Amino acid sequence: MLKSRIAGHALALVATLLLGGFLSATLVRLAPGFDADEQQLDPHLGAESVQALRTARQQDHNLWRFYFSYMKGAVHGDLGTSLALAQPVRTLLRERAPLTLRLLALGLGLAWVAALSLALTAAWLRISAFDALTIVVSGTFLCIPAAVLALLSVLWNVPGSLAIALIVFPHIYRYARNLLVKSYSSPHIITARAKGLGEARILFWHVVPTVAPQLLALAGVSVSMAVGAAIPVEALCGLPGVGQLAWQAAMARDLPLLVNITLLVTLVTLLANSGADVIGLMVRGQKS
Amino acid sequence: MKKKRKIALVLIILCLGSLLGRALAQGGGELKFSIRMEPKTFDPLKVEDEASASIRYLTGGVLVRVNRQTQDLEPGLAQSWKVSKDGRQITFRLRSGISFSDGTPFSAGDVAYTIQQLMDPALHSPTGDAFRSGTGNVETKVISPTQISITFPAPVAGLDRLFDQVAVLSERSPRKEAAVLGPFMLADYKPGATVLLKRNPNYWKSDEQGRKLPYLDSIRLDIQPNRDVEMLHFKRGELDLINALDSEYFDKLEATSPQLVHDAGPSLDSEQLWFNEVAKAPIPGYKKNWFRSANFRRAISEAINREDLSRIVFHGHAQPAAGPFSPANKFWFNSKLKPQAYSPDAALKALESDGFRLENGVLKDKDGNEVVFSIISNAGSKTRERMAVLIQDDLQKIGIHVNVVTLDFPSLIERMTQSFDYEAIILGLTNVDLDPNGEMNVWLSSAENHQWNPQQKTPETSWEAEIDRLMRAQASSTDLKRRKEAFDRVQEIVVEEQPFIFLINKNALSVASTVLHGAAPVILWPQTFWNAERLTVSTK
Amino acid sequence: MNLWRKLACVALAVVVCASLAANWLAPVGYEKQYREATNAPPSRAHWLGTDELGRDRFARVLYGTRISLLLAPAAALLSTLMAAFIGGLAGYLGGIWARLAMAVTDLFLSLPWLFLLITARAFMPLNVSPLISVLVTFLLLGLLGWSTAARVLCATAGSLRSADFVRQARAAGVPGSRLFWIHVMPNLKPVLYAQFWISIPVFILSEANLGILGLGVAEPMPSWGSLLRELEGLLSVGEEPWKFVPLILLVVVVMSFQLLLSRQEEAPA
Repeated sequence: MLKSRIAGHALALVATLLLGGFLSATLVRLAPGFDADEQQLDPHLGAESVQALRTARQQDHNLWRFYFSYMKGAVHGDLGTSLALAQPVRTLLRERAPLTLRLLALGLGLAWVAALSLALTAAWLRISAFDALTIVVSGTFLCIPAAVLALLSVLWNVPGSLAIALIVFPHIYRYARNLLVKSYSSPHIITARAKGLGEARILFWHVVPTVAPQLLALAGVSVSMAVGAAIPVEALCGLPGVGQLAWQAAMARDLPLLVNITLLVTLVTLLANSGADVIGLMVRGQKS
Repeated sequence: MKKKRKIALVLIILCLGSLLGRALAQGGGELKFSIRMEPKTFDPLKVEDEASASIRYLTGGVLVRVNRQTQDLEPGLAQSWKVSKDGRQITFRLRSGISFSDGTPFSAGDVAYTIQQLMDPALHSPTGDAFRSGTGNVETKVISPTQISITFPAPVAGLDRLFDQVAVLSERSPRKEAAVLGPFMLADYKPGATVLLKRNPNYWKSDEQGRKLPYLDSIRLDIQPNRDVEMLHFKRGELDLINALDSEYFDKLEATSPQLVHDAGPSLDSEQLWFNEVAKAPIPGYKKNWFRSANFRRAISEAINREDLSRIVFHGHAQPAAGPFSPANKFWFNSKLKPQAYSPDAALKALESDGFRLENGVLKDKDGNEVVFSIISNAGSKTRERMAVLIQDDLQKIGIHVNVVTLDFPSLIERMTQSFDYEAIILGLTNVDLDPNGEMNVWLSSAENHQWNPQQKTPETSWEAEIDRLMRAQASSTDLKRRKEAFDRVQEIVVEEQPFIFLINKNALSVASTVLHGAAPVILWPQTFWNAERLTVSTK
Repeated sequence: MNLWRKLACVALAVVVCASLAANWLAPVGYEKQYREATNAPPSRAHWLGTDELGRDRFARVLYGTRISLLLAPAAALLSTLMAAFIGGLAGYLGGIWARLAMAVTDLFLSLPWLFLLITARAFMPLNVSPLISVLVTFLLLGLLGWSTAARVLCATAGSLRSADFVRQARAAGVPGSRLFWIHVMPNLKPVLYAQFWISIPVFILSEANLGILGLGVAEPMPSWGSLLRELEGLLSVGEEPWKFVPLILLVVVVMSFQLLLSRQEEAPA
């Protein structure tokens, strides 16, 4: 049952990935400024050169042709060449992906540890003052623009992963707190407590299985939030990762690079969410 | 015996001392500053963006160099040169005994090779296109290992100064572009992070005392697009200089450490506003009539308070612009021109003579249409956005309602050059060279960069036809006086007709830290590190 | 009503009334440029000083509150409702519907929506009225912002499907739609309220970022987002603490919303 489920997920993943790549290419292609190249404003360039610039850009006009040739190349491992940076996309991604993945892993890890510990404490203690304090803190971070948090991390010389953790933490904390509080106030937990069951037992055998699917879904979504946060953080903290590349590519309408980055992001999102689904199923399976 | 030992010891110490002294004297330290984007290329012939140009300036060996301070042309790899009377041929006499950074010897053959590569029609680079004055092949003749003559198919205005941009490549070196003749060479490149340049041990230049240049051991270029972060790094001592400093930061630094900042006066850069005069633009016909009327444009120009723009947006570190060229361009600037004075009353009178009427605080044209238009600019430039809001306020005083829209740059370029779906734009021109011939593609009515109405098949107005004639005349002449007369007249016509409403000329602001010695910031790019070979950085 | 909720009510009421009374509280208006007094510190004439173009910051905060306070909750409501239907319904129905909806959600999360926004700007005329521009901005934000909550709602609804009380109700013959509305939806409330509460500041901040693309509130109209962007000039803000007022105001408003809704978040099953 599980195996066929995983196979189904894999198939859906590939189909979604392909669709995502095509949709992102469509979005980029239809947006204004696709043909525009900053270089053509240089008065030193002669008329032929400007024309050559325009013709080069128009190569990618036909989306179907572009996507088809891209797929053909991708099967052989060639992911195309970046227009803005004139380098093969594969090299660019290989150089930058490890840094971004490390940044995301650390940032997400920190955010989840902080959110879960605070949420659990809030659920256990049920002291309104503590609850209010954590709400104020997480609310404040929610209201600070990501760019400002990134600048603060440069100012105070803290690693970018902390900035990402602070950006993602308030989103996770609120959901986690609500879920845990609700779970702890449900009848059968109260009964279990009244019966004298230990806190740890209650947590692992009764609370976790109930909230696990939702927290796992949240975990999957938090990956997308972290990816979104990575863009301003990398750009401002001077971290040469995929986020910085994504911003440059967007501003330059670099179609090959954008399609590849979207595919990468879609892949990460799909894996995170599918993984969460599968684990959730396993937990639910164990429970019943 | 003891005495001999003592003498030997003293001698050894002296030797070591002098070696150490020389080592210390040689060590000029490491210079650190930021470049604002990823360099697109390390091939000096293909340079288009400022980051790549900076690397070319520091690593490329050129035949002649424009001294950024005196603005005169100085010998470089060429000891002397001669331009023929018809402006088509230039002959260089090169220095001998010079090698590239990897040891390959330098000779006239390398120059010939570089020129052939540069003039390849498939190259499409601004450096190469600057030499393209007419169709036909460029001929290079190697007269001797130290003499070369280059002949162009048509006269090239300002031919000798153009070679300041041409970094000579090696014909024979196996390391291709990596073999350089400049003071520094590329040592390491971490994409997205840093570019490291090291001293070129084979650099040919020495200073007046015979010491080999450059003094610096290395230069570290940080890739940092954000100005706020750059300032943070500078304050922490991680950067030694900042080029083209924002006026806000200039003031803050001046308050705490006035000796570090430098205001070199008006630069060559200008900011301008222009209206869409393209006949087939998708804007209402009555608006096209407004924009195509020189009277309307002049009135708008009069209604803009340039003093406030300089004072408020640039904190006084800018000056109202008089015309297309800044007074910093000492030779080419038409000194008879003065900036437009601010006079909303005169502006209103001028508009009234065109049939506009002010009714209840709203200006209407002769057909009763309210005067409303939009000004677009590129997002990410706080100064342009603020200028647009100040202009919005100025024009409100004469009853004109302006909508300010900031767009991302590609969308802006598309509207400006392809769809022509805009009404007014504020943008700036960054000039790197002094010679107006570099701007042929702006002033010729048939050219791409004739922004207000590009690529006209025939000039649509008599004054644009006149500008075409004058620009072609100055391009084909080699007599500087005749060229200046022609371009002076072009500047006068531009100020009369106001196709570009020139707003301000920014000052060249920079800052250098206390550990940097020898810096003398100037107006011409690259401002602070133009004399990189003579800079030193002391360790704290 | 406990003390905190009373305070929250009062705070929100004060903010809303102040913004509505902006014409009286700040008669100078948000666009008048005092060009001789740019970047001025607080004074009797200008309670929060002036910005870099000499405009009264207090007036700008009040007028900006109107727009942000009205439209951000509206957009948040839109995105929350969309998430409830797409996520909740899909999770409740389960099977192929849930898979399809989640695939769509995952795609939504990964696509570069920046380009859709740029295209939206291109379709709007340059001389569009500021009101339309702002409405379109918040509408787009609402339409694009549902995907985060949808996943969590889907998982919640999914686990509810197999909950005892739902099974019992089904066995008792309660029709599906009634089951959904009366039994499942209320249990989604904690997640829905969390989503609503989080979306408000997220949309306010996004509006400021959209200014880069030509969307959002047009100059010279102020918005909280654009006021918050002043904080990016960090180096000076330490010496000019009055620039933090928009941030403090936003935190207070968001807290107040949260406190008012906290009762609903903890609704029992």
